[in-house]
Amino acid sequence: MKIRILLAAFALVAALPVLVAGAGAADAPKLPSGPHPMVQDVPADPMPREIVDDVKRTRNYADQPPLIPHAIRDYQLDLNVNKCLTCHDRKNSEGAQAPMISITHFQDRDGQALGAVSPRRYFCTQCHVPQTDARPITGNMFKDIDTVLRGKEGGK
Amino acid sequence: MGIKDFAVRCWRTFSRPSVHFSLGFLTLGGFLAGVMFWGGFNTALETTNKEAFCISCHEMKENVYEELKQTIHFTNRSGVRATCPDCHVPHNWTDKIARKMQASKEVWGKIFGTIDTREKFLDKRLELASHEWNRLKSNNSLECRNCHSAESMDITRQNPRAAKMHETYLFTDQKTCIDCHKGIAHRLPDMRDVPPGWTGITSSAQ
Ligand code: HEC
Ligand code: HEC
Ligand code: HEC
Ligand code: HEC
Ligand code: HEC
Ligand code: HEC
Repeated sequence: MKIRILLAAFALVAALPVLVAGAGAADAPKLPSGPHPMVQDVPADPMPREIVDDVKRTRNYADQPPLIPHAIRDYQLDLNVNKCLTCHDRKNSEGAQAPMISITHFQDRDGQALGAVSPRRYFCTQCHVPQTDARPITGNMFKDIDTVLRGKEGGK
Repeated sequence: MGIKDFAVRCWRTFSRPSVHFSLGFLTLGGFLAGVMFWGGFNTALETTNKEAFCISCHEMKENVYEELKQTIHFTNRSGVRATCPDCHVPHNWTDKIARKMQASKEVWGKIFGTIDTREKFLDKRLELASHEWNRLKSNNSLECRNCHSAESMDITRQNPRAAKMHETYLFTDQKTCIDCHKGIAHRLPDMRDVPPGWTGITSSAQ
């Protein structure tokens, strides 16, 4: 009898880390490279879907580079061709019905407007990115200017 | 025995009715031989019409094939794989022969090593690509349409950006697939003088 209770206790203690971890893992963010034995095969999560609905997203602050609302898979962006500019450049925006890159994209760092896109704005995806429907790993506490000005939760 | 005699005797043997074989056998035999000849010809053509054949040349393997592997035409959710001949050799019989004749020019290039480095390939790429664009332009993107057809395209299932383009330029027959979809399988060469399908304005003409 005693031995049986002892064994059960041992089993419980042994299972404790698993149980605790399990309870914690339910709502904790799932880290892609979270702690798991190196030798264990952890199945990869499915790739999150790209958001390509062509709907503009609110910018969080006025000078945020707008998010790309469309697919850019395999878009070539190098010395030979800038696929983005085939639609967003000044002369192509009518044919493509795409918004033209704004004047800031033509300015060099002294604010001088150039005739074509400024070299420092050539690699569009340095600033503009598409989104996927992946759940953020950690929460975001960013508050936009209106919230701050209203002063309820922010502003301190 | 002179050559003339020999020829005459051969002709006699050849033209004399067969003693040993029935007419039926001969007809059938001839038919079978024909089938085998035709089949062999066909098989030879089939072999040269496979991707494995194309990439047996390093020019094709190390440049275009490596690039193709990154694209949607190599792996996709539908599991349909476009191979080189799907886009490059017309399925039509006579066109096929014509393409093969042109292909011997490539074999020539291989032997004389016109394109034996990546750099040489890149230098020549605009020219090679232009040949393909012209071909696809003049056959109204036939190879693309073997898999994709404008008729079966449900633009309500496409995103608005694509749907609008197709509605404006494709369904009105103003443009064909290759006008707008260059570089869907390989990396592009310098495109300064090649206008995007929807404007017709080149970058160097500014
Ligand atoms: C085939 C034409 C085309 C190409 C190529 C293209 N775009 Fe667009 N883009 C559009 C259109 C049209 C819109 C308007 C919204 C929509 O329909 O998606 C847009 C919207 C955008 C927006 C949102 C603008 C806003 O005000 O919210 C950004 C940012 C953008 N594109 C960046 C890019 C980048 C970066 C690339 C290259 C990686 C690119 N685009 C390539 C056509 C194109
Ligand atoms: C250094 C960062 C940066 C780079 C690189 C950059 N952008 Fe922007 N982009 C911005 C910012 C910031 C804005 C919003 C404010 C503004 O218009 O300047 C913007 C705005 C835009 C808009 C919206 C314009 C409008 O009037 O609504 C488009 C379209 C756009 N960018 C396209 C592009 C394209 C295409 C490229 C590549 C040729 C590019 N951007 C490169 C930062 C960048
Ligand atoms: C013997 C090696 C070899 C084989 C096999 C080969 N290619 Fe090529 N290919 C070349 C070379 C070399 C060139 C460049 C020819 C030139 O300089 O004009 C070329 C050029 C091309 C071009 C450019 C077209 C043009 O008109 O300029 C295409 C498309 C092409 N090959 C597709 C294929 C396909 C599809 C296959 C298989 C059916 C294939 N090749 C098999 C060596 C080869
Ligand atoms: C989905 C269609 C498609 C497939 C599959 C494809 N190609 Fe191409 N290929 C093209 C188009 C379109 C061009 C014209 C140039 C461009 O737009 O990139 C081209 C151009 C080429 C060229 C000229 C040089 C260049 O890069 O522009 C060669 C050589 C070539 N292809 C060989 C091949 C070989 C070899 C394969 C198989 C490994 C292959 N292609 C598979 C569509 C395809
Ligand atoms: C062997 C059949 C086949 C041929 C030939 C073919 N395609 Fe495709 N294409 C496909 C498949 C399959 C897909 C992926 C469909 C999916 O899963 O979304 C695709 C996708 C595409 C896409 C969508 C790309 C994206 O990122 O969503 C475009 C554009 C396209 N093809 C253009 C072309 C053009 C232009 C040609 C002719 C040069 C061509 N295709 C020839 C089968 C083919
Ligand atoms: C006037 C230019 C134009 C023509 C002509 C054209 N397309 Fe497109 N197509 C586009 C643009 C722009 C997009 C969206 C951007 C992208 O995927 O690069 C698109 C998207 C696509 C897509 C992806 C659809 C999606 O919902 O993402 C496929 C597949 C496609 N095209 C196939 C074709 C085929 C096949 C032809 C010829 C029968 C053709 N297109 C002719 C401009 C064109």
